[in-house]
This record gives sequence, C-alpha cells and structure tokens, in this order.
Amino acid sequence: MAIGMDRVFGMQEQALLIRSKRAEILANNLANADTPGFKARDIDFKAMMAQLAGPAQGQFGLQRIALRGTDPRHFSSMSGVVANTEVLYRQPMQPSLDGNTVDSQREHSAFAENAMGYMTTLRFMTGRIQGLMKAIRGQ
Amino acid sequence: MSLLSAMDIASSSLSAESYRLNLTASNLANANSVSSSINRTYRGRHPVFTTISANPDATAFGDVMDGLGRGVRLAAVVESAAPLRKEYHPENPLANKEGYVFLPNVNTIEEMANMISASRSYSSNIEVFNSAKQMLLRTLTLGQ
Repeated sequence: MAIGMDRVFGMQEQALLIRSKRAEILANNLANADTPGFKARDIDFKAMMAQLAGPAQGQFGLQRIALRGTDPRHFSSMSGVVANTEVLYRQPMQPSLDGNTVDSQREHSAFAENAMGYMTTLRFMTGRIQGLMKAIRGQ
Repeated sequence: MSLLSAMDIASSSLSAESYRLNLTASNLANANSVSSSINRTYRGRHPVFTTISANPDATAFGDVMDGLGRGVRLAAVVESAAPLRKEYHPENPLANKEGYVFLPNVNTIEEMANMISASRSYSSNIEVFNSAKQMLLRTLTLGQ
C-alpha cells in the first residue's frame, strides 16, 4: 500500500499555503496603514479552499458551488451560491479623509486569527507525521 | 515563500515609519528656530507614503496575487506650505531691519499626533514581523 505525501496531509498543505498568502496580504495592509488612498485587501479563505479542493471554476474567478441533485428532474443549481476567489477589498467601518480603508485593530485581529489557523494546521500536520512514524516504528 | 515576503513588507514599513519619526523629531527640534528672512526659515517637513507596487513574479496563486502591494515606501518629503509666523522681537540679534523675526510653520500639536501615530504603526509592524517569524520557525520544526 503506497501512501502519497499529498494524501497524508490532505487539504492541510493547501490550507497552509493560503494561510501564508493571507499573512502576506494582511501584513501589507498593516504596512500601508498610513498611506493615503490605500485600500485594504483580504481573501475569502473558505472560497480559496473550495477552489483548490475542486477546480470547477467559473469565469471571472467566480467559484460556483453546485448543489447535489438527487433526482434527474432537479434543476441544475448553478445559479446557487457564488463564492469569490479573488483578492477582495475590505469594507471600511470608519472611512477616513485620506481615502485609506485600513482599520489597524481589524487587521491585527485578522492577522492573529490567521496566524492561529496557520499554527493549528501545522499542529495537524505534525500529528499526521507522528502517527506515521509510530506506525513505521511499530512501537 | 510568502511568509518571507510578509517579513519584507513589515520591514519596509519599519523603515518608512522610522523616517517619519525622524522628520517629526526634526520638525519639533526646529519649532522655535528663528530666522531673519522668509527664505531661510525652517519649514515643517512631511513624508509622503506610497504603496510599493507588486512585481508580477510567478506565485503559486498566479494572477490572484497580481496588483497587490508589497509594502510601503517613502515617495517624497514635502515642505509645509502653511504661512510662517512673523513676530516683533527687536532685541533678537536675528531680527531684520524692521525688528521682525520669522518662526517656522511647524504645528507642534500636529507633530505630536504624528509621532504617536508613527510609533504605534512601528510597533504594530514589529508584531507582524515577530508573528511571521514564529510561523516560519514552527514550519521548520514540522513533524518533531
């Protein structure tokens, strides 16, 4: 029985990639907290994961999540939920005079949450590796 | 590796904010430097920040990451155009023939607010840098 490394980690590997990208985007938001006219950006983590999990991508970077039909007479649900996999603009809570939409506190909490998610993913991967090592050693 | 570029971004902001703090220090230090002519009077200096535009190198995400910034940089330093203060001090050795001296157009309160903003931004970027560093270090010890 061969175990591919991608199957060992499952989606964790991709989750790690998206998390690190998101860290970069949020770092850029925080770096430009004082740049006039800068618009804060972020990605929809869920939509990105869905895109990487199943590349049934529609046009314009829009991901269409199809509902499952249990009967051949059911309509196709391609008009269902639309998730965006592009890098989005943040909706400002308090617009500032210079056109900057970075809310430091919000970006900070998003960054911390993202770092937490990254660490969690790492922890899961470590668990998998340790499980495999245990199986190899047979102890 | 995007965590390394997150650290790059944070450090670009660190240097920009420290330059801003430098300008604030210069403005505050010269807030009372008098001069005898309008042309030779110190004027308040302010930084202009711009986003470093992205280099479209191939990333794992392809086009998704294009058009995103890669940190912040100091584009220019502009001198304040606010009018200078003119005061009557005939006893001052720098006073002109009419007995007036010119004072810089530095707004001390504005500079203090600038200073607080710069130092807050600086420390928040240090936090980002440290978080990214921790994330990287933890990645290196994966599986242990």
